[in-house]
Amino acid sequence: MQMPEPDQSVIGRREEIAAALRAIVPGEGVITETDSMRVYETDGLSAYRQLPMIVVLPETTQQVADILRYCKEAGVKVVPRGAGTGLSGGALPLADGVLLGLGKFNRILEIDFDNRAVVTQPGVTNLGITHAVQDDGFYYAPDPSSQIACSIGGNIAENSGGVHSLKYGLTTNNVLGVEFVTIDGEILRFGGKHLEADGYDFLGLITGSEGLLGVVTEITVRVLRKPSTARAVLVGFPTPEEAGACVAAVIGAGIIPGGMEMMDNPAINAAEDFVHAGYPRDVGALLIVELDGPEVEVDYLIGRVREIAEANGASEVRISESEEERNTFWAGRKAAFPAVGRISPDYICMDGTIPRKQLPEILTRMSAMSKKHNLRVANVFHAGDGNLHPLILFDANKEGELERAEAFGADILTACVELGGVLTGEHGVGIEKRDLMGEMFTEVDLNQQQRVKCAFDPDGLLNPGKVFPQLHRCAELGRMHVSGGQLPFPDIPRF
Amino acid sequence: MASTLKPEDAKQVEEAVTWALSNGEPLEIVGRASKRALGRPFQAETVLDLSDLSGVIDYEPAELVLTAFPSTPMAEVEKLLAENNQMLAFEPMDLTALLGGTTTVGSLAGALMINSGGPRRIKAGSARDHLLGFEAVSGRAEQFKSGARVVKNVTGYDLPKVICGSYGTLAAVTKIDVKVLPMPEKVYTVLVLGLDAGAAVRAMSAAMNSAHEVSAAAYVPADLSGKSGVSYIKGAGASVTALRIEGFGPSVERRCADLRSELSAFGAVEELHTMNSQSFWREVRDVHYLVTPMPDPVWRISVPPSAGASVGEALSGMDGAAWFSDWAGGLIWLQLPASDDAGAGAVRAAVSAAGGHATLVRAGHEVRAAVPVFHPQPDAIAALSMRLKESFDPKHILNPGRMYAGV
Repeated sequence: MQMPEPDQSVIGRREEIAAALRAIVPGEGVITETDSMRVYETDGLSAYRQLPMIVVLPETTQQVADILRYCKEAGVKVVPRGAGTGLSGGALPLADGVLLGLGKFNRILEIDFDNRAVVTQPGVTNLGITHAVQDDGFYYAPDPSSQIACSIGGNIAENSGGVHSLKYGLTTNNVLGVEFVTIDGEILRFGGKHLEADGYDFLGLITGSEGLLGVVTEITVRVLRKPSTARAVLVGFPTPEEAGACVAAVIGAGIIPGGMEMMDNPAINAAEDFVHAGYPRDVGALLIVELDGPEVEVDYLIGRVREIAEANGASEVRISESEEERNTFWAGRKAAFPAVGRISPDYICMDGTIPRKQLPEILTRMSAMSKKHNLRVANVFHAGDGNLHPLILFDANKEGELERAEAFGADILTACVELGGVLTGEHGVGIEKRDLMGEMFTEVDLNQQQRVKCAFDPDGLLNPGKVFPQLHRCAELGRMHVSGGQLPFPDIPRF
Repeated sequence: MASTLKPEDAKQVEEAVTWALSNGEPLEIVGRASKRALGRPFQAETVLDLSDLSGVIDYEPAELVLTAFPSTPMAEVEKLLAENNQMLAFEPMDLTALLGGTTTVGSLAGALMINSGGPRRIKAGSARDHLLGFEAVSGRAEQFKSGARVVKNVTGYDLPKVICGSYGTLAAVTKIDVKVLPMPEKVYTVLVLGLDAGAAVRAMSAAMNSAHEVSAAAYVPADLSGKSGVSYIKGAGASVTALRIEGFGPSVERRCADLRSELSAFGAVEELHTMNSQSFWREVRDVHYLVTPMPDPVWRISVPPSAGASVGEALSGMDGAAWFSDWAGGLIWLQLPASDDAGAGAVRAAVSAAGGHATLVRAGHEVRAAVPVFHPQPDAIAALSMRLKESFDPKHILNPGRMYAGV
């Protein structure tokens, strides 16, 4: 993975830069000792490590603004970081960059049930928001699997999803407002407790921008009343094709489940070995369909889903009769990643999305790729929205296996795009999929996206080396070649 | 004399923008031409008429995605979806009557360009939450795309978000991928009669905070409820606070019964069943109660829902004001008598104090030229808006000035 060449002249000014940052963030908020910076050298994509030049941990929005303004004036790159759980390397530090950690922004500022809104600092964990409101019967809907640790600020950066995003949306559909600091040190507010921001949708643009546009220092999210009931159906199918047909039939019947997850046989067995959830081991695919909502609705829909499953060739259908049993159904799915971690020294988790009807095709292709790269793969899917999480098993201590695993992963994502899908459904591009962006986008597409970045960060100081395979100077992107004064293509009907 | 360019495909749109760029000619982008009276009036000698880019390209109900050309009539989209028991969950508005039109002609792209969002906004979001991907021609005369034809995607910046609500000032959209969802089997509405604005907001908040999955909450004061075409509401002779419950039959009946009993503490409770419910919510969606007197100015005001009553009442103190609210109080539609500034000063002061924004949706040409149609922005955000505009359209060729002067 090629990162931008570190600027030695900036590294040479390290002491001066640290001193300037200490003038902004007093005390222990500026870290320069190698041992203390070690914890920041990687994120959830731990195959890549890089010590930052300096770590700074501000406590106030004004400090963030002063840091960014200083960095812009001094020409210093900045990598924002939340909890460091991201899976695409979006918080990988730069050798010549300041790592800006938001961990001290860890307070919930206001809970407003009249507007069903929570105002929070970005370092609060995703689950921390739900914890703050659950005694009153509310919750925050997006639920990435790292929700116990990941920060809400990081969720904004990545536009995180989760099991429930089919019914309740991604982060972007659940955020009402942000306070946002630009690289110029300006403190802007987009949205608030009202239901939509005015003017251009900067809130929507910032969400999922992977730390390349600015730094979010305060967030207003909407919280929802927790559904009064949730029940799950566990369905085994002889093959993934039948499971896929069942998913399409459920949606075709007008049912949008709270969650609809699929596992293939290797994932089922790894999970069963680990947590003994009682999954059938001999099925080709397992589907967990969770219905949530008012009790009468859930009971009604459970029956409909059972009928649909049986009509689509289910070999086994079990319905949770208690909260304990529902949790048991989920235990294996939720433990799928660590379960795979037990049967392989290392694994990487991919994150493509495909049109759901292409599920059999991508699985067939993955089997062929598995043979070609001589590596095993286990699959868990957010089946309702076509988001795949193939887990590629490898051993980093064996010469060349990491590279083979990465090549396997790239093949999978390329196939996702070929089948009409995308490189990433919820983990972000970061460094991991950066060099595959050309599979999905033309140079014109990518240049337009980079021009949007130029509107925020003309010097390219915020998180460079992420998302875009090639960096262009904004002046170069802004150039226009307008030809002659005549209508060059006279075939357009005119009146 | 205005001329019209009428491209037949995306390539010709690119050619038209190339021509406009090379001649320094701004373009007014028009699809079905139903929303030309929205936004700031601006001068463009040349119309870029996209009405030939019409028709559904691909629709797979089980994938929950529909792909269409931009000028596909909304009626065509909704008819096709309804045949498959699906819908656009953001409930696109039909502003024909409000804007003084006669026949319903709005396009799919038009709904996106104004970020349309009906009563279900409080539960399902607005157009921006449902646009998955698009292809377009930028003001650089370049064809580009963003997003994709799948419901879950975070690859690259979420440009579909900024395209929604951009009033054609960033790009001319040539193809649209939009998310669709199942249509509810039944639609019931619980009505609480005779509440004042404060009690109505409290009742709507209680309903929204209940576990009954209320999908819309509106308040129509007594002076407007008589304009309803739903006989029950027309004859109520009182204010109407309405809560919509929709979904599968057994669930709707049960939730409706539970909600009625919980809200009975607020006042007399009634209910509407599917046909009447649909008619009523269409009236709310399309601002039916303020269509007349034409052409008195109409404001669309977005505030925190809990501020709905106080802002509504403050504004109703203005001479000749009429208003109702949607989104559990978070959306106020306000009509004022015609004046030079359409009451902008007072409206914006009240709204800014509550934390929100006000858009002048209907007013004469001269008023919309004189008064900022969209809520004025702080300087730093206005400057960012300008830079965003120029990142797509550096020469200000596409609908220049439609949202903000100079942008």
